[in-house]
Amino acid sequence: MTRAAARAAALVALAVIALAFAGPFVWVLLASVQPEAGLTAKPSLDFSFRNFAAVLNWETIYQPVINSIVISGATAVLTVVVSGLAAYPLSRYKLRYGRHFMLTLLFTTGLPVTAIMVPVYSMFFRFNLYGSIPAMVLFLAASSLPFAIWMMKNFMDGVPVSLEEAAWVDGAGWVRSMLRVVWPLMAPGVAVVAIFVFVNQWGNFFVPFVLLDAPEKQPAAVTIYTFFSQYGAVAYGELAAFSIIYTTPAVVLYIAVNKYLAGSFSFAGSVKG
Amino acid sequence: MTVTTVTPPSRPAGSPVLAEEPRRRGGALRRLLPLLPALVLLVIFMAGPILWSLYISFTNETLTGSASVDSRFVGLENFVKLFGDDAFRNSFLLTFVFVIGSAVIGQNTLGLFIALLQRGRGRVVRSVVNGVVIAAWVVPEVVAAACWYSFLSEEGTLNEVLAFLGLSQDWLFTAPMLAVTLANVWRGTAFSMLVYSAALSDVPGDLLEAAAVDGASGWRRFTGVTLPLIRRSILSNLMLITLQTLASFGLIYAMTGGGPGTASQTTPLYMYDQAFRYFEIGYGSAMALVMLVIGALFSLVYLRLIKVET
Repeated sequence: MTRAAARAAALVALAVIALAFAGPFVWVLLASVQPEAGLTAKPSLDFSFRNFAAVLNWETIYQPVINSIVISGATAVLTVVVSGLAAYPLSRYKLRYGRHFMLTLLFTTGLPVTAIMVPVYSMFFRFNLYGSIPAMVLFLAASSLPFAIWMMKNFMDGVPVSLEEAAWVDGAGWVRSMLRVVWPLMAPGVAVVAIFVFVNQWGNFFVPFVLLDAPEKQPAAVTIYTFFSQYGAVAYGELAAFSIIYTTPAVVLYIAVNKYLAGSFSFAGSVKG
Repeated sequence: MTVTTVTPPSRPAGSPVLAEEPRRRGGALRRLLPLLPALVLLVIFMAGPILWSLYISFTNETLTGSASVDSRFVGLENFVKLFGDDAFRNSFLLTFVFVIGSAVIGQNTLGLFIALLQRGRGRVVRSVVNGVVIAAWVVPEVVAAACWYSFLSEEGTLNEVLAFLGLSQDWLFTAPMLAVTLANVWRGTAFSMLVYSAALSDVPGDLLEAAAVDGASGWRRFTGVTLPLIRRSILSNLMLITLQTLASFGLIYAMTGGGPGTASQTTPLYMYDQAFRYFEIGYGSAMALVMLVIGALFSLVYLRLIKVET
C-alpha cells in the first residue's frame, strides 16, 4: 500500500468512527427542537422550542437542577477543603506511613462504589440517615476523597517549599502558610479538583437513587431517569430537551478543565506520589 | 473513578522535603492534624460500609418481616445460597461477557485503534474525532442510556437506516447484551483513547523510522516496537476499565432494566434487585462482598503494574 493510500484509508476510518460516535446524539439534538418528535431522528422542517418550554417548570427542571447544584456543589466544596488539608502533611512532611497511606488511597480508587451501596444503604437505614441529603453528601465526599487527595498532593508538590519558608521566617505557622501561601499558589489545581468532583457527582445516578427517599430531594440524574421510564415512550421531544439542559453544565465544565486534564493520561502508566 | 492525575512541575530532584520545620511545630500529632477530617470521613463512610457488609452478609438482615427488627447470625448461609443460585451464576456470566465485550475488547481495542489512526493527522481531524468521542464520555450515564434507547428502539434511528436491508428489529429485546455492550463501548472508549494517545506520544519517532528503514512493515513496527513500549499502559488501562465496567449499573438499568427477563441482568443489577426489591439486605451484602473482593484483586494488580514514585 502506498503512503497516500494508507493516509486515505486512515482518514476514511476516522470519518466512519466519528459518524458512528455522533449517531446516537443525532436523535437528541433533532428531537429537542421538533414539536412532533418521535423516537426516530427524522428531520423535518418544523422547528420550535416548545419542548424546552414544556419541561421548564418547577418539578421537572428547576427543583431537580437546584438539587443537583446543591448536592454536587456541597460535595465538591467539602472534598476540596478536606483533601486540601490532608494533602498538606502528605506533601510537606516525611511521614512514616505516608507512602502506605497514599498507596491505600490509590487502591481504594479502584474499588467499585456500586458494590458497597447495599451495605451503605443498610447503614444509613440503621442510623436513621436514609433520605438525608447532608449525610449523603458526606458519603459522596468520602468516596471522592481518595482520588482528590492524590490530585491535591501532586498540585501541592508543585509549590516550592522555599516560598513557605519565607512565611515561616515571618512567624507564620502551618495554618497561615497553608492558607496564605500554598493554597493561593495552587488555585488552578484546587479548581480542577473541585470541577472534577462536581462533574462526577452531577452525573451520579446510583447513589441518590438508593439513598434518597422523596422525589423532591432527587437530583436531575434521577428525575431524568424517572421521566424517561414514565414518559420516555411518549414525550420524546421533552425528554430530549431535558437531556440537553441537564447535560450542558457537565460539558461546559469539562471543556473548562480540559486543558489541565490533557497531559494527565500518561498516568495510567506511572503515578507520582 | 478515573486515573487522571494532573502533573504539576515536580519538585527539583534532590531538594529536601522540608529545609526547616515550621518554628512553632508541636510534635507529630499536630503535624498530622490536617489529615484528621479526611481520615474520619474515610473511616466512617468507606471503611465503615465495607466492614458493615462483612458483618451483615453473615446475617439474615432484611428490610421487612421479623428479620428486619431482629436479624441473627446465619454463618455462611448467604454464601452457600449464592453459589447455588442459578440467577447469580447467570448474572456473573453476563457481567463477565459485559466486561470482556465492552471493556477488554471494545473500549480497549477501539481506543488503541483510534489513537493509532490519529497519529500524524492534522489538528482539525484530531479535534473533530476527539470531540465526538469525548462528548460520548462526558454525557451523564442516564442521558447516554436515553440516547441509546432511542437509537436502538423499534422505531429508532438504527432501524430506519437498516429498514431497507430488512434487518430492523427491536434490538433491546432481541439482543439486549449486544445493545448495552455497544452503548458502553460508545461511552467508555474516550478513556482508553486518551490513555493510549498519551502512551503513543512517548514512543520515540526515530525508533519507528529506524525500523522502517530496516524494512519492517507497518504491522511489524506496531507489534515489534510500539506494543512492547506501551505494554504497561495497556495492562493498567485494562485493569482500570475492567474495574469501571464491573460495577456499571446506571447505563444497563436505564436501558433494559436487566431484561427482558434476566437476559441482561449483570451482578450489580441482580444485587440491586435482591436488596431493594426483595429487601434481602444480608443476601445483597454477600454479593457486594464478592464484588468487592474481585474489585480488590484487580485493584491490587493495577497497583503492582504502575510505577509509583515517591
